[in-house]
Amino acid sequence: MFKIVNAEFIAPGIKRFTIEAPRIARKQRPGQFVIVRIRENGERIPLTIERSDPERGTVNIVVQSIGKTTHLLNSLETGDSIMDIVGPLGKPSEIACYGTVVTIGGGVGTAMAYPTAAAMKRAGNRVISILGGRNKDLVILEDEMRGVSDTVFVTTDDGSYADKGLVTDKLRQLIENGTRIDLVLAVGPIPMMRAVAEMTRKEQIRTMVSLNPIMIDGTGMCGGCRVLVEGKSEFACVDGPEFDAHRVDFAVLVQRNAMYRDAEKRSMDQYRQEIEAKKREASEAPTEAAMAGCALVTKR
Amino acid sequence: MTEKVSEKWKSKNLVPNRERIKMPRLHMPEQAPSLRAQQFTEVNLGYSAELARQEAIRCLECAKPTCTHDCPVGVKVKDFVQLIVAGDFMAAAAKIREDNVLPAVTGRVCPQEDHCEGACLLKKKGESLGIGYLERFVADYEQQHFDITTIVKAPPTGKKVAIVGSGPSGLTAAGDLVQKGHAVHVFEALHEVGGVLVYGIPEFRLPKKIIRQQVDYMRAMGVEFETDVVVGRTVTIDELLEEEGYDAVFIGTGAGLPQFMGIPGEHLNGVYSANEFLTRINLMHAYEFPKYDEPILDFRGKDVAVIGGGNTALDAIRSALRLGARKAYVLYRRSEAEMPARAEEVKHAKEEGIEFHVLTAPIEFLSDGRGWLTAARCLKMQLGEPDASGRRRPIAVEGSEYDLPLSVAVMAIGTTANPIVQSTTPGLSTNKRGYIEADATTQKTSRKGVFAGGDIVTGGATVILAMGAGRRAAKAIDEYLTTAPVVGSSQS
Ligand SMILES: Cc1cc2nc3c(=O)[nH]c(=O)nc-3n(C[C@H](O)[C@H](O)[C@H](O)COP(=O)(O)OP(=O)(O)OC[C@H]3O[C@@H](n4cnc5c(N)ncnc54)[C@H](O)[C@@H]3O)c2cc1C
Ligand SMILES: Cc1cc2nc3c(=O)[nH]c(=O)nc-3n(C[C@H](O)[C@H](O)[C@H](O)COP(=O)(O)OP(=O)(O)OC[C@H]3O[C@@H](n4cnc5c(N)ncnc54)[C@H](O)[C@@H]3O)c2cc1C
Ligand code: SF4
Ligand code: SF4
Ligand code: FES
Repeated sequence: MFKIVNAEFIAPGIKRFTIEAPRIARKQRPGQFVIVRIRENGERIPLTIERSDPERGTVNIVVQSIGKTTHLLNSLETGDSIMDIVGPLGKPSEIACYGTVVTIGGGVGTAMAYPTAAAMKRAGNRVISILGGRNKDLVILEDEMRGVSDTVFVTTDDGSYADKGLVTDKLRQLIENGTRIDLVLAVGPIPMMRAVAEMTRKEQIRTMVSLNPIMIDGTGMCGGCRVLVEGKSEFACVDGPEFDAHRVDFAVLVQRNAMYRDAEKRSMDQYRQEIEAKKREASEAPTEAAMAGCALVTKR
Repeated sequence: MTEKVSEKWKSKNLVPNRERIKMPRLHMPEQAPSLRAQQFTEVNLGYSAELARQEAIRCLECAKPTCTHDCPVGVKVKDFVQLIVAGDFMAAAAKIREDNVLPAVTGRVCPQEDHCEGACLLKKKGESLGIGYLERFVADYEQQHFDITTIVKAPPTGKKVAIVGSGPSGLTAAGDLVQKGHAVHVFEALHEVGGVLVYGIPEFRLPKKIIRQQVDYMRAMGVEFETDVVVGRTVTIDELLEEEGYDAVFIGTGAGLPQFMGIPGEHLNGVYSANEFLTRINLMHAYEFPKYDEPILDFRGKDVAVIGGGNTALDAIRSALRLGARKAYVLYRRSEAEMPARAEEVKHAKEEGIEFHVLTAPIEFLSDGRGWLTAARCLKMQLGEPDASGRRRPIAVEGSEYDLPLSVAVMAIGTTANPIVQSTTPGLSTNKRGYIEADATTQKTSRKGVFAGGDIVTGGATVILAMGAGRRAAKAIDEYLTTAPVVGSSQS
């Protein structure tokens, strides 16, 4: 059992956890992730380590409610425990002094890009960060990113905060302005990563993306996480999760991630019904946990 | 007949040999094929005490027992079988345990036809003794009647041993070492202990309850288990030796990485590795969805094929059948004679309605244009000259292409070494295929105090061979700890 020493929503449906996991905290490098199983009959899901504190023996994860497991996870509070956490998994990001590095985080992807951005800064790079969200509330870790970047740009799809537009619009501007860029790291929804890859391919700018295929064991044993990289199967959990964006077949990634869509939807619908039923049972106001489970809680 | 035999039981088998030879092998009671094809409960139901004694009587008590000679760990078959005849089942269990710490497992999954039973003298006269069935009976009897207070253990030695991986090799080494008085700590990457025995071999062949009981037994003996630790990532071998005060390490990480054929369409939705497929079902309990959160693999109305002819292939396809598959095929590129699966599994699979397409190999997976598998394009094969493995090499028959409609294909064509430990342990020698090099009698590796055994040394093999390696390693580790001056001090 792994104890949650702190849990708080940082945006609607996005929660940050600090969890006691001393072995993992000691070993974590930027770009690595853990696999989490919440309870006895739970599934295993991968989550990036946002940061770790080896002294205190804790790791942080930032979780967006997507389906049943992430909703369940985000219903946990400080003091609760998580059954299994294994890691740190995957290859660490390749940190070096490249020159100018642009880190792009879309939505919860910002939390995954953050540790690498910080390490790039420490390695002496000039770091330009572009953070995006659908709206103001979904732009996360802005302060943290400012702390490790020379320049930060923020975009929102609906213009409710900072510049209206997409992170890729910002990247295009940078390229068009003639900004020297030595490396781009993009983490977020697949369409965003694919668009970044197309844009930088023409400019021949080295670009890394952190891929999010479906995983089970995270140790190279099952092959479920395989992605097509220049026509060859590679396992994201051991060969990745970061890959050269210009070599990745994004269409196959999209296709494979849709594999369990129907079952996942059924599972989520059923979970919603259970929560609804529980709410009805408790005649008084719905509990905070149930609310969190449905991601109805607004930013605190 | 039964009564006549029973009268002759005393403590000794009084049935004359010429009569024993005439007695037929007693069948293992099993679930009817139509019933078991729909559920995950164990196929074989086990001998009763009565059946076990009757079968045991058939043993000829050979002066030079070839059965023991051909068992990889040298189980004293003749002796334990005579204890069954005498009705002392606990003593029979103790006799097996002298050489084999997981008899409830080996009795069920050993390829007996290649080992003990294949060498049994009775086979020359007709049918071999049901050694596996008897071993299983005795082990199950022991589990039901076991008294934990009778465990004897050597006094503590003050030495600490780390076991990496909790498959049969690691469990065997752990069990032997704890008995010698060493402190034993097992690290396992997954959230459950047991290796392939829990994530690979399905419930209908090896109930998980059996592994759990064995592990509980080891816990009671003092073995500590720590799950969720990937050695090489969470902690390295060097850190275990230098920082955590372990005096020796045994590596039993198994042959983990699934192989694919590298043919077009392998990335399609519906194409799985056998490891993923079986892990989802066994470890993640997909067959119990929605009780478990893992999405169910629902094959009702679907046609499923497995590619391969080993135990893994049969476990996968029989699981698919139990999850509702309309058609279930085995595609194997050689002929049935070359199939590496246990004979009993092939028989059971056929009874359940699995269709065997031998001398058949897929060359491409076809899709519906939206990323889902619709068919396998197959070639027929014929057998040519023997290859390096001694088996006749399959050669494609020209112009024999045909498309087999499929919704799901499972690749069970073998595994390779998982490199995580090797790549993070400087100075640990591996062979050109990436497996760890270890001495055949002591399981010593190129690193002092580091031993290795099981599939990570031999490549994919069998449970009993992995256990044999675990036992040899435990013996060598014990010698190393009690004689040689130890490098890392055990005080931390
Ligand atoms: C290396 C890696 C790092 C990740 N880091 C983070 C992170 O820091 N924060 C975060 O919020 N999310 C992260 N994710 C994504 C996260 O794992 C999925 O959102 C989560 O698994 C969804 O589970 P669910 O049951 O809630 O949703 P489901 O309803 O099961 O699935 C919704 C979608 O999530 C994806 N998914 C489902 N199961 C898995 C699985 N076992 N592995 C991967 N993807 C899956 C699929 O595309 C699916 O269609 C990461 C993924 C990977 C591979
Ligand atoms: C589906 C299937 C069916 C089979 N059927 C039979 C059969 O009927 N009869 C038979 O005799 N054999 C059978 N086998 C083969 C047999 O199971 C194996 O030969 C045997 O389990 C090997 O044992 P092992 O101890 O070497 O490793 P494994 O059983 O593979 O166990 C290795 C363990 O180490 C863990 N591990 C790996 N890397 C690390 C790490 N870095 N840190 C910590 N832990 C780690 C793994 O998670 C695993 O739990 C079958 C195999 C499969 C896959
Ligand atoms: S361990 Fe396996 S090979 Fe040895 S006697 Fe038992 S069943 Fe036969
Ligand atoms: S070879 Fe067969 S008959 Fe002879 S002792 Fe062994 S089991 Fe008995
Ligand atoms: S998650 Fe199983 S091999 Fe990557």
